[in-house]
Order: sequence, then structure tokens, then C-alpha cells
Amino acid sequence: MKKLRALFIGIVSIILILLLGSYELNKSTGQSGDKVLNIYNWGDYIDPTLITKFEKETGYKVNYETFDSNEAMYTKIQQGGTDYDITVPSDYMVEKMRKAHMLTRLDKSKLPNLKYIGKSYLNKSFDPNNSYSVPYFWGTLGIVYNDKYYKESDVDTWGKLWSSKFHDQIMFIDGAREFMGIGLSSLGYSLNSTNAQHVEQAYKKLKKLTPNAKAIVSDEIKMYMINGESNIAVTYSGEAVDMLAKNKHLHYVIPKEGTNLWFDNIVIPKNAKNKKGAYAFINFMLRPENAAKNAEYVGYSTPNEGALKLLPKSVTADKQFYPTKKQLQTMEVYKNLGTKWLEKYNDLFLELKMYHK
Amino acid sequence: MKKVQTLFAIPYFLWLLLFVFAPVALIVFYSFLNTSGQFTLQNYDSYFTSGKYLIMTFNSVWYAFLITLITLIISYPTAYFLTKLKHKDLWLLLIILPTWINLLLKAYAFIGIFGIHGGVNKFLEFFGFAPHQILFTDFSFIVVAMYIELPFMIIPIFNALEELNPSLLSASHDLGANNIQTFIKVVLPLSMNGVKSGIQAVFIPSLSLFMLTRLIGGNRVITLGTAIEEHFLVTQNWGMGSTIGVVLIIAMIIVMILTGEKKKRGGQ
Repeated sequence: MKKLRALFIGIVSIILILLLGSYELNKSTGQSGDKVLNIYNWGDYIDPTLITKFEKETGYKVNYETFDSNEAMYTKIQQGGTDYDITVPSDYMVEKMRKAHMLTRLDKSKLPNLKYIGKSYLNKSFDPNNSYSVPYFWGTLGIVYNDKYYKESDVDTWGKLWSSKFHDQIMFIDGAREFMGIGLSSLGYSLNSTNAQHVEQAYKKLKKLTPNAKAIVSDEIKMYMINGESNIAVTYSGEAVDMLAKNKHLHYVIPKEGTNLWFDNIVIPKNAKNKKGAYAFINFMLRPENAAKNAEYVGYSTPNEGALKLLPKSVTADKQFYPTKKQLQTMEVYKNLGTKWLEKYNDLFLELKMYHK
Repeated sequence: MKKVQTLFAIPYFLWLLLFVFAPVALIVFYSFLNTSGQFTLQNYDSYFTSGKYLIMTFNSVWYAFLITLITLIISYPTAYFLTKLKHKDLWLLLIILPTWINLLLKAYAFIGIFGIHGGVNKFLEFFGFAPHQILFTDFSFIVVAMYIELPFMIIPIFNALEELNPSLLSASHDLGANNIQTFIKVVLPLSMNGVKSGIQAVFIPSLSLFMLTRLIGGNRVITLGTAIEEHFLVTQNWGMGSTIGVVLIIAMIIVMILTGEKKKRGGQ
């Protein structure tokens, strides 16, 4: 019986220690309030020196946390726990969060620096009038190729991907909208098509593309393209920036038929505790010199026209990442297709993945 | 003392309740919900009528079957010879050792080995063969899955063979059986329990491998595990994901029943 009592006391004391520990831990990470700004952003998606600069300038303490997918971010914000003051969803996710009443309506009078954002990057369908979001970076979906094996004219349209010389060669990004989009674009239809006939046609055409697929993966594409495991891939311009920097034989092409134009946007979640700090941060990031510094660090295309003037010509004149106005007109932003059509796209994509022999 | 015993059992009951029954109940519950949260049988209907999921199920079972079969073919002789060795504990340790390494690390190592510029292709080139696409094929997927599952098949078979009473073998020889007859009539039936638990330990996890299908199979090998991952993370259709989960659980129960130990009745 003595042993039993010792055991019992032991268990109780362990529980107490754990409780105390978790309380301490929560106290240190879950802070929120006037002097702390909780930022929830994609990994490696901001120049860290800007955070220090912001902290020095304003006196706020920044808690910086990262996520690796829109869906993961959505789930975490929805569940609560930590109240983030700033997060950076992509276009379709802004629409989803906006409709789920998870975002704060922006008071434009508190965002004087919004004037630096180019007109062509504002008022997109996912957030009319930018009532809830401010564009952070933008980019396209395109084709990366290795010039040791292919030339630009091999891959300048989506249609050319069907060529038999690419048999078992192409790496595709693992996304239903992206893959179905290749089929729709090559047929000249909208990326947001909800026309049953068009989608069916795209599906039938894509069935002939799957034999050319080497793999349908996501982040790994970067590694495989850099080390030469694969020589052609369909991926996002943001990913392409990193690849091109690490392997000089790689090039990025935006297909002529047009492609997806994406935006990552700064938003303030509804349950933010420090909205004043959040506005200060958005203004800070919109300031041309900061936006330019950030764009140089991250390597993505900035929508900030003030920053464009500060960036070196070699960056802004690069047609790979700053396409012409004419090219931009052929591009489409993803619209939220609604549950029914999204499921349809996903189902067809799953079927296409299974169909390859 | 009886009271103390029930007191001790409480943590186990709680554990079972919280981490076994509750999750399974939740999965079953979710499988009856559609994306807007209404109660429906629609998920099961689309599972059994769409063809797509049936093909996927067939694929999963087929790959799991191949993986199990090949591991069994390799493991049985390995385990058999292990029991004959002098330092068998050391050898067994060497076989168990790879399981201490994280699965993800092993998968990444294979990416390096099977790559176009990887070890295997370098080896082939040395003998004058052109480099082959090995990664992202059924072959590489099955090889890696098999490599990972191998220890889980060898250990139960090894244990079964170890427990074999050597006097039974002597008896068999004394009664005039030769080595082959002894093996087929005595060793094999008596080690069957090890084989069965080995099959359980390999077949069931193989049914829902999803990380390997992506890393090694490049998503060109699609199994039910891939579909579950997709429904939970991408489409956020938890209902359909859970439905597939329920089907997998039922498949696992069936495998357990088929390979489970039958209670010995008197006589034979």
C-alpha cells in the first residue's frame, strides 16, 4: 500500500509540473495585446531585417509564425487559439475567408501607402475594391525548362506539352485547379470554367497528357529541377525564382495561351487583438523602400509601383517575372468555383492521376 | 486487493476509450456527413458506384498484396537461416537497426539512390547501360515499401522458428523423414503463426501507404491513402475521406480475421 501511495503522489506531482509548464509555455507564445504583433506568414516570405526595422521604428514586438499551405492556415485561424493580427492568404483563400466572415474590413483612411500599389493589381474578383486585402506579391503559373535539353520554342505554349518527345518527362505541380487549368487554357477556355462541356473536353484532352507526366508533386519539384533529375516542369513563378537562382540552365516561360495570375495578400483576421499594430505593419510594408527590399529578398514580383522604380532594371525588365501588359491581359485569377464545381475539378484530377498507363 | 486491481485498470480503459474507440467512432460519424454537414449516405453511394474508388481500392489491395508476397518470399528463408547462425542476436539487431531511422529519411535516401544521377544509375552506366528512369515507377515504389516492411515480417517468423522445440525435429528424423519432409510437415506448419502475424504487420500498413506513393511513386501510384490525404487536406471533404477510412478499417478487420489465430480444438 505504501508503494501505491508513493506512485499516486508521483503521478499527481508530474501532472502539476506539466500543468505549470504548459501554463508558462502558453504565457510566452500566446501573448497578444497592445505591444505585440502576431504575424502568420508563409515560410521565408519576408526579409527578416524588415521585421527588426519595424520593431525598432514602432516599438512593437513581432511574433512571427509560418505555415506552408493556405488550408493549414485557414484551419488554424478558424480554430482560434492564437489570435493572429496579420496573415497572408492567396487569392482564392481571401475569398473563402471573406465569405466565412473571418476577415476585418479594411479602413482605407488608415492605409495611406496603399496608393503605391499599381491599379492593375487592385480590385480583382476575389476581393472587389480590396475591402479586405492588400496585395503582397503576385506571380504566374508557367513552365520551367533546362536549356541543355530543350529550347524556349519547345515550351512556349501549353499545347506543346502534349508533344511525344516529353513522354515521361514533365513534372506537374500537384493541384487540381492547376492541372485542369492546363487543359482548359490549351483549349482556349477560361480557367474558371463551369461549363460542363468545356470541363469534360479538357478532361478528355488531359487524359492524353498524363503519359507525359513523370511525377505529380509539389515542393519537391524545386529540388528535382535544380539537381537535373527532371528537365521540364510546370510550376509557379515564385518557385521558379529559387530554381533559376540555383541552376543557371533553367528558364521560366509563360505560355502564350495565358495562365493563372495569383496574388498573395495581407489581411487582418477578424479576431486580431492588435489592429492598430496591424495597420502600422501594412503601411510599413507598403512603403516603397521596404517593399523593394522585401521583393529583392523574396524574389517574387511586387505589385508596388513605388518599389518597382527602386528595383534594379535587370529585375523589372525580366519578362519571365514581370510580364508585359499584353501578357497580363491573357491571364486569369482563380475564382472560387463553389463546392460543387471544386469537387468536380478535384474528382477529375484524381481520376487523371490514376489514369496513366 | 481486487479494488486496487480495478483501480489500475482505469488508465487503460481511459486510454482505449480516448485513443481507440473515440477516434474510430468519430471517423464513422464523419463518414455519414456531406460537405455541408448534413447526415447522408451519399459518401458510401459514391464510393461504391463511381468506379474510381473501386479501382483505387483494387490498386491498394494489389500493391499491398505484392509488397506482402515479396517480403514474405524474402523473409522466410532469411528468418530460417538466422535461427541457424551462431551470433543470431547480433544479426537480428542488424535487421532491426534500420527501423530506428525515420521513415522519411529512408525515403529521401532512396530518392538519391534511384535518381537519374543516383547510385543505381551510376552502377548501370559503369557496365555500359544508359540511365533508366527508376524513380516514380511501380518498381521503385514496391522496392522501397518492401525494404521498409521487411523487418516486420522477419521478426515474427524468426520468433516462431526460435520457439520450435528441437526434439520435434529429432523425432521427425527418427521416424524416417528426410530434411525436406521435416521442413514441410513439421517446421512450416509450426511456424505458420509467425507468418500470419508477419502478414498482418505488413499487409495492413501497406494498404494505406501515402507518403511513399508521393515521394517515391511521384503520385503516379495512387492508393486509398493518397485519396484520404487529398480529401482531408486539399478538398476538405472530410466525409468522403472518413468513408474511405471506414472501408480501410473494415478491410483490416477482414485481414485480421483471415489471418488470425484460430482457437485450437482438441485432436488435430
